[in-house]
Amino acid sequence: MASRPVTYGRGLRTLSICTVVAMAVALGLVFFYAPLEAEQGFLQKIFYVHVPLAIVALCGFVLGGLLAIQHLRTREARWDYRSYVVIHMSLIFAVGTLITGSIWAKGSWGHWWVWSEPTLVSFLIVFLLYATYQPLRFAIEDPERQARYASVFAITAGAFVPLNFIAVRLSTAYLHPRVLGSTSNLPSSMALTFLVCVIAIALLFATLCKYELTAKHTRAQVRALRRRLAGEPAQSITRPRSAAPTLQPVASVPARATGRSAL
Amino acid sequence: MELRTLESVPGMSLFAVTTFVVFHFALNRNSVEGDLAAGILWVTLLFAAILGVNRLFVADAEEGGFDAFLLAPVDRSAMFLAKALTLLAYLVVLELVAVPAFALLLLGAPLGPALGGMILTLALGDVGVAVIGTLVAALAVQTRARDLLGPLLALPLLVPIVIGGARALAPLLVQAHRAAPAARWLLTLGLYDLVFGLIAYAVFDFLLED
Amino acid sequence: MIVHALLGALSPTGEAPALPLHTAGKYVAGAYVVLFALVLIYVAIMAIRLSRIEGELGELLSMSEHAAPSSPEGEGEPVEDHERESTLA
Repeated sequence: MASRPVTYGRGLRTLSICTVVAMAVALGLVFFYAPLEAEQGFLQKIFYVHVPLAIVALCGFVLGGLLAIQHLRTREARWDYRSYVVIHMSLIFAVGTLITGSIWAKGSWGHWWVWSEPTLVSFLIVFLLYATYQPLRFAIEDPERQARYASVFAITAGAFVPLNFIAVRLSTAYLHPRVLGSTSNLPSSMALTFLVCVIAIALLFATLCKYELTAKHTRAQVRALRRRLAGEPAQSITRPRSAAPTLQPVASVPARATGRSAL
Repeated sequence: MELRTLESVPGMSLFAVTTFVVFHFALNRNSVEGDLAAGILWVTLLFAAILGVNRLFVADAEEGGFDAFLLAPVDRSAMFLAKALTLLAYLVVLELVAVPAFALLLLGAPLGPALGGMILTLALGDVGVAVIGTLVAALAVQTRARDLLGPLLALPLLVPIVIGGARALAPLLVQAHRAAPAARWLLTLGLYDLVFGLIAYAVFDFLLED
Repeated sequence: MIVHALLGALSPTGEAPALPLHTAGKYVAGAYVVLFALVLIYVAIMAIRLSRIEGELGELLSMSEHAAPSSPEGEGEPVEDHERESTLA
């Protein structure tokens, strides 16, 4: 375990200021700088919020898997914490992707859903998969096992995300041309705007994750303090809590110790 | 261990045949071809597999078979191989019954010329289902809602296999213009099998610690 | 369908028809509002959590004062300042 106490909130203020600046610049570029697209007109502006959300969410899922690998390698709980928060946040961003993509589809085609758009379809599948992450976690009572299994899931699912994307893309390629436009051959002004938007959304993701980590950790510290003041023995505070009733604090520590020595 | 799972094959074969009957009524068709046929076959196989997967680890978890295995000086990932091969065998036996039944009941095109390509596609798909099924079963068996979480976890992970498998089988199952499965789908299946086989093998250790 | 296919074949970036501003504006606004709403909902959830933590800390502070009644009032304040500083850092 770390020798000094882990704090997650350091640098949060700087990060959030950067995010606000980036988002302001991005919005300005989107509405005052980027030219109107020939085919879709004003509707195309959704592209600047939908695709960055999608990219950040996908990277977030993969990052969750990488953090989980780190957790399994070092067995330090803080990696599991980070993995959990990153996946949770990516799931929210994925929902945002689906909703904005659906709005775009409705505006373009008049339907709320189009099977011919591979981004939307693969996101639906990925969403369905990661939606099981929290039920899986909360269905396992032992906190150490919960973290381990969650890491296994995060790694599997993280590898699944790119493969799924490729598979879905392959399956729709021959049927219809992309409904919502491709990102290749963008004029440079659009490309710049797009890049700034991606950076802004990525910063937003980072800020919200840090925010969430700090809040979780703070709550855990408060709980530990409460236990200390109530005279109960210490319990590890560094794991995300499960909704299931936790083991008795006295029993959990010796049980884990004997479990390890038996192997 | 393995034989207990194979005991459920007769039941699952019956399930597959019954599902074909249900499809007949649900779709109101006497025979299906091409895309539709490939889809029906894969969906039925998938559901039968999911039903069988749940039983893969349940007996072990309840009877303490895990602990006995852990005490033996065997590489834990060998357990993964054993379970996956069991599931694979189960699927193969299931298909030996289900595919002829399908040809008899629903398939509009003769099966003979399609057999080679079909065996290859089914083999590749089965390996993928076996790998994913074993991994998910191991994950879900320790949870409280294992009957629900297992399928819920497995289905999204199996989607690329369905995509590859169904697309590959579709040109085989037509009367006119029968063609071999496109290489890209077989490649997709193979790649998916490889990647997830490696990942599951690497990660399985961590599921068995206690 | 044929017209769409032709448009698709001719245009490099996609085949959705260009919409005039007043109809497209709704959808664009909707999409950006979704993003905004997600962030705001998150801020609201955080605000609720923060006030709950504040309440709990207040409780704990009074608990600690009861547990160690000999400690003077002056010790309470440096502890408070230190806590406030670390959350802002």
